[in-house]
Amino acid sequence: MSRLVPFFGFMLLVVLFGFGIWWNTQHDQREVPSPLINKPAPAYVLPKLDDPAQTVSRESMLGKPYLINVFASWCIACGEEHPVLMIEGQNIGVPLVGYNYKDEPDDAKAWLARHGNPYGLIIADRDGRTAIDFGVYGAPESFLVDAKGVIRYKRIGPLTPAVIEKELKPAIAALAKETP
Amino acid sequence: MTPELGQLALILALLLALAQGMLPLIGAWRGNRALMAVARPAAAGQAVFVALAFGVLSWAFLHFDFSVRYVADNSNLALPWYYRLAAVWGAHEGSLLLWIFILNLWTVALAALSRNLPEVFVSRVLGVLGLIAVGFLAFIIFTSNPFERLLPMPPDGGDLNPVLQDPGMTFHPPVLYMGYVGFSVAFAFSIAALLGGELEQAWVRWARPWTNVAWGFLSAGIVAGSWWAYAELGWGGWWFWDPVENASFMPWLVGAALIHAQAVTEKRGSLRAWTILLSIFAFSLSLLGTFLVRSGVLTSVHAFASDPRRGLFILCFLAVVVGGSLLLYALRAPKVAGGKPFAVVSRETAILIGNLMLTVAAAMVLLGTLFPLVGDALNLGKISVGPPYFGFLFTLLMLPIVLLLPFGPYLRWGNKGETSLLKNVLYRAGFAAVACAIVAAFVTGGQLKAIAGTAAAVWCGVGTLLYVLKRWREMPAGRRYPAEMAGMLLAHIGVGVFLAGVLLTEALSVERDVRMAPGQTQSIGGYEFRFDGVHVTEGPNWHGDQGTVTVSRNGREVAVMHPQKRTYTRGQVQTESAIDPGVTRDLYVALGEPMDKKDPEGAWALRLYHKPFVRWIWAGGLLMMLGGFFSAADRRFRTQRAAATEPAVATTAQESRA
Repeated sequence: MSRLVPFFGFMLLVVLFGFGIWWNTQHDQREVPSPLINKPAPAYVLPKLDDPAQTVSRESMLGKPYLINVFASWCIACGEEHPVLMIEGQNIGVPLVGYNYKDEPDDAKAWLARHGNPYGLIIADRDGRTAIDFGVYGAPESFLVDAKGVIRYKRIGPLTPAVIEKELKPAIAALAKETP
Repeated sequence: MTPELGQLALILALLLALAQGMLPLIGAWRGNRALMAVARPAAAGQAVFVALAFGVLSWAFLHFDFSVRYVADNSNLALPWYYRLAAVWGAHEGSLLLWIFILNLWTVALAALSRNLPEVFVSRVLGVLGLIAVGFLAFIIFTSNPFERLLPMPPDGGDLNPVLQDPGMTFHPPVLYMGYVGFSVAFAFSIAALLGGELEQAWVRWARPWTNVAWGFLSAGIVAGSWWAYAELGWGGWWFWDPVENASFMPWLVGAALIHAQAVTEKRGSLRAWTILLSIFAFSLSLLGTFLVRSGVLTSVHAFASDPRRGLFILCFLAVVVGGSLLLYALRAPKVAGGKPFAVVSRETAILIGNLMLTVAAAMVLLGTLFPLVGDALNLGKISVGPPYFGFLFTLLMLPIVLLLPFGPYLRWGNKGETSLLKNVLYRAGFAAVACAIVAAFVTGGQLKAIAGTAAAVWCGVGTLLYVLKRWREMPAGRRYPAEMAGMLLAHIGVGVFLAGVLLTEALSVERDVRMAPGQTQSIGGYEFRFDGVHVTEGPNWHGDQGTVTVSRNGREVAVMHPQKRTYTRGQVQTESAIDPGVTRDLYVALGEPMDKKDPEGAWALRLYHKPFVRWIWAGGLLMMLGGFFSAADRRFRTQRAAATEPAVATTAQESRA
């Protein structure tokens, strides 16, 4: 019987690993709770992509909720997300603000010219300094900012139709209820 | 079109692997020579097709074929060709392809070098290797296809993780995999022995050189990984007890135990079941390493792709391979302890103690690595154990091994130990160790770790060298150091060198984070570091800031160092530390951040390290690697079968079979 001990020991391990895989499907590993949720968005002053002379700041955007979408022309996952934004961007009910991250303005403009521009407004963060304040891990990421300038929802990774339906739209609906 | 050829080659390889995994096993069972004869050609054909697939993927990288998703994700137009080649195994899909390719290399080598072994036995061994190949090829084809297309084809690709753009990283995975996968040979030998119920124990002798070579490669792979972490991660650490490092370390520990257990089984006929069990463990831990890295069950700094489907596949594969072989072990392993009896003072007793320590250490590392998972399972929240747990327990477990190590060569098999000789070693090596420890205590100002390191290193080193000297005096030229013994001596000296490196570095390193304006100097470990400012520099696919630090000692210039902070084309920032290597110390400078972003010409944050004897860590590892290779080259392992079986036959009479 003692010869079976290694076998049963190993089976215990298999059960543990099976549990680990199940646990991972239940808990999104990327779901790092953002300390910024329900906190005011960090103060930022960033130039517009198409007109660097003009700047956009947290204060200038107060009064209406908006969705910041971090993107870059070098980011492959952004390319996957892009068609979703082109379709859903109009339907979510809040303005879509593009946040061009660590990108050359010319590259970004060419990229938008080729794939279409879903954004009402695009701000550019060439050196990625402000992105650090937002806790950006990498593109794409999205932040929902409410009328008072508070971050209400954050998504790491591409927005998919499912995510928009299940997470983003309820979050936006919640905003609408607060400010009748 | 070519990528599809690669995929086709993989599918053909899978079919051949199926043939290699089934027909020879059936043939060996039924005594059908025609079926057994399938093994070698099938293995060779499979290797050719996998090599073809590997070549196609390399070709796609070299020719910027971004229509292949894997190429587009891991390379771009600016990446130099040598890193494009290294990018082939830079991510999940390609590293699996490398895994299977190396398995094929081992299989073909075995097929070519096993002509003098019994055909039935070789058929079983190749069959088992074929089954392993089936699992991995199916894994690649069904969950991780490296040839998947990306349409429309992007004009330029992503980037190979800049952390991986380093010469150390180019060699680390292939060498490490040579070790990992090499244990599959020892595994296949054991399974073949269990299947066949070999009455003779000769298979252990045949397996020994393969195990030694695999272990040597694994040592080299771990050394390369450790060196890479030191040079590339920018803060001068050489081991982190990270899950992925542990995944390579566990097979190494069990492999070290296995090498010694095989010696006992071959020479004395005892520890048979244990040797089989260790062979299974060593390869299982290699598979487990793959599982841990690839399934995303544990997250770590090495965490790459994590996909539950992949995790599930590897888990099932693991369950079948390891569960199946352990079940086979339970049913077929030799039931009665065979071999000659153990004497209290004998080489086999010493090896048994060492074996226990190494296996318990591997279990300890496994437990520590899986702790976060156990925490999740028992709902204890996020818990993990850090370096203190590993450091403390590992030291404790290795202590008996270090203490026993110098006696190893003097101890005889069986009960013929000459205690006077042992006392002799004890006094001499002990005296040398204590004397050096006292000197070290004065030199280092009583640093405990430095004293312990010196004592342990001298104890192992002098103890082993005494034996080298004894052989030199007593044996006629040409017969002094047979390769097997030379390998053992080299590896044991390596342990001493390694111990000196680890403990002295830990104790004496000076690490300082400083702010320096151009022209300022800092004095660390007797060296004057002068910061001469930063200027802009360019590489093939990055631009960055390069600092100049001039180091002098007693007014004489020692080194001019150029740490860099690179920004790669895709925006990732990577610190390239500058290292001035030396036998007794490394100087290590890494560039932090400029104090004022707008004034990169001004003051910077710098990390200045003085690391004494750090190189000895890797030198020790490389000596162990050489030890493995030397032992494997012993002529005794190449002698014909007739001669090889003769010492083992005597022991078989004592065995009863299930």
